[in-house]
Amino acid sequence: MSQPAADIQYTQDEMMTVTAARQLADGAVCFVGIGLPSAACNLARELHAPNLVLIYESGTVGTKPRVLPLSIGDGELAETAEVVIPLPEIFTHYLQAGRVDLGFLGAAQIDRFGNLNSTVIGAYDDPKVRLPGAGGAPEIATHANSVLVIMRMSPKSFVSELGFRTSSGFLGGRGERAARGYPGRGPQAVITDFGVLRPHPDSDELVLTDIYPGVDPAAAVAACGWPLQVAAQLQLLAPPTATELAQLRALNERTRVAHATPVKIHLASNSSNAV
Amino acid sequence: MATFVSLSTAIAELVRDGQQLALEGFTHLIPFAAGHEIIRQGRRDLHLVRMTPDLIYDQLIGMGCASKLTFSWGGNPGVGSLHRLRDAVENAWPRPLDLCEYSHAELAAAYSAGAAGLPSGLLQGFRDTDLYTANPDATRAVACPFSGTALTAVPAIRPDVTILHAQCADRAGNVLLRGITGAAREAALAARALLVTVEEQVESLDAGMNAIVLPSFLIDAIAVVPGGAYPSYTQGYYPRDNSFYQAWDGIARERESFLSWMNRHVLDSPDHSALLHKLGVAA
Repeated sequence: MSQPAADIQYTQDEMMTVTAARQLADGAVCFVGIGLPSAACNLARELHAPNLVLIYESGTVGTKPRVLPLSIGDGELAETAEVVIPLPEIFTHYLQAGRVDLGFLGAAQIDRFGNLNSTVIGAYDDPKVRLPGAGGAPEIATHANSVLVIMRMSPKSFVSELGFRTSSGFLGGRGERAARGYPGRGPQAVITDFGVLRPHPDSDELVLTDIYPGVDPAAAVAACGWPLQVAAQLQLLAPPTATELAQLRALNERTRVAHATPVKIHLASNSSNAV
Repeated sequence: MATFVSLSTAIAELVRDGQQLALEGFTHLIPFAAGHEIIRQGRRDLHLVRMTPDLIYDQLIGMGCASKLTFSWGGNPGVGSLHRLRDAVENAWPRPLDLCEYSHAELAAAYSAGAAGLPSGLLQGFRDTDLYTANPDATRAVACPFSGTALTAVPAIRPDVTILHAQCADRAGNVLLRGITGAAREAALAARALLVTVEEQVESLDAGMNAIVLPSFLIDAIAVVPGGAYPSYTQGYYPRDNSFYQAWDGIARERESFLSWMNRHVLDSPDHSALLHKLGVAA
């Protein structure tokens, strides 16, 4: 990009994705979900973390997709993986056995202790909104050494009390998770469209610790459904660099083109191996 | 020993009203053609099992084939809701749907136990989520008899019929699965009867030594159905039609548009080849 850094325009999604990517250390073994987490992980892999080991729950280990998958099991993930294994082994031999450094989660709702709801809004047996459900999240939240959450903040999504807990964060806070002997440390950062929340070391309550350029902390407080605490030493996050934006936009453009390519199937079967 | 039959014959002979049925395949190798044939033959009161219900279960549920769903993630991956599943759960349309809900790890353990002939599977047990209270009969808290460690036991799943799609079968009826296999191998071994649709029959599977091959003696019936996983995909044959998955969101959102799509493309097509021609996918 030819523009000077100060003039670069970027979207909230781009700021969130770049912020998430910057959290990922080279060499980490990362359990990836689709959407923004997948974009962040692959952006990090193209920039500062070429040795990031990406595991998708479909069974693809050490995958290096050139375009982002729409689903958790696109062929691109299998073609560029070090190994493709049956799904039960992902959850037993890799996740439950403690081989995952970092899990990436989103949800419909989060509470002040990082517990997540991706199951229902309203009563379970008579829901107002039926959400997709648990998937891999409960075990990722339990077993990954640390968890990153990425969610847009609003009073409906950042709630003082969850109607349904799908995945455990710090439970009731004040060390309850650690006392219950959970193998993983729980959510270490929640990346929002205002900035980053991190757990307070004593209470486990999520606190606004980092803020994006040009964002008023009061706006973040107003968007949160519980009385959000703001850290005394609020860190100002750097805007995306020209390099980060160029890589992310190229990745998204390659993805858009790939997903729009029409599929054609040759129905005339022959008797030779087609692969 | 596997016998080669037409898909319509296989469904007519193996699938009955009221059965527990698992059409597996994790994003990849989803047996869409077989699901459509079940809709055409009008099966009812099915207990459907699948880790990720996906579009094919949205269609089976919306067409009134199912009365119960055991699952672990019910969305349109990367797109949003399964609107027909939501309508059944939220509004009992076209009929009520009982849910038995797990996490992926639990449902994978249930299939693995079924495959191993064990009554239940085990996981580490941190039972602090509401899934346990919402589905009280779906799991039990147990202690490891050696260490006393808290564990969660999941009852084995043994589907009456498991249906898979795969790349190819040889003349003897051995079947090769290549690429992302999800819990397909476990669901196959857990089944009381196994039906596999394949892209083609080949002289030799040309499988690597540790490839996932289902030996012929496990399989009841094989149907050759080219394109049988579309709009899911078959690695080495055709890619996932992501644009169809995106378009499905609009088709399935309203009951009328859903029914009209299903009538035109599934009920009014004699077979999968006709459906692929109508969609302009056949080359």
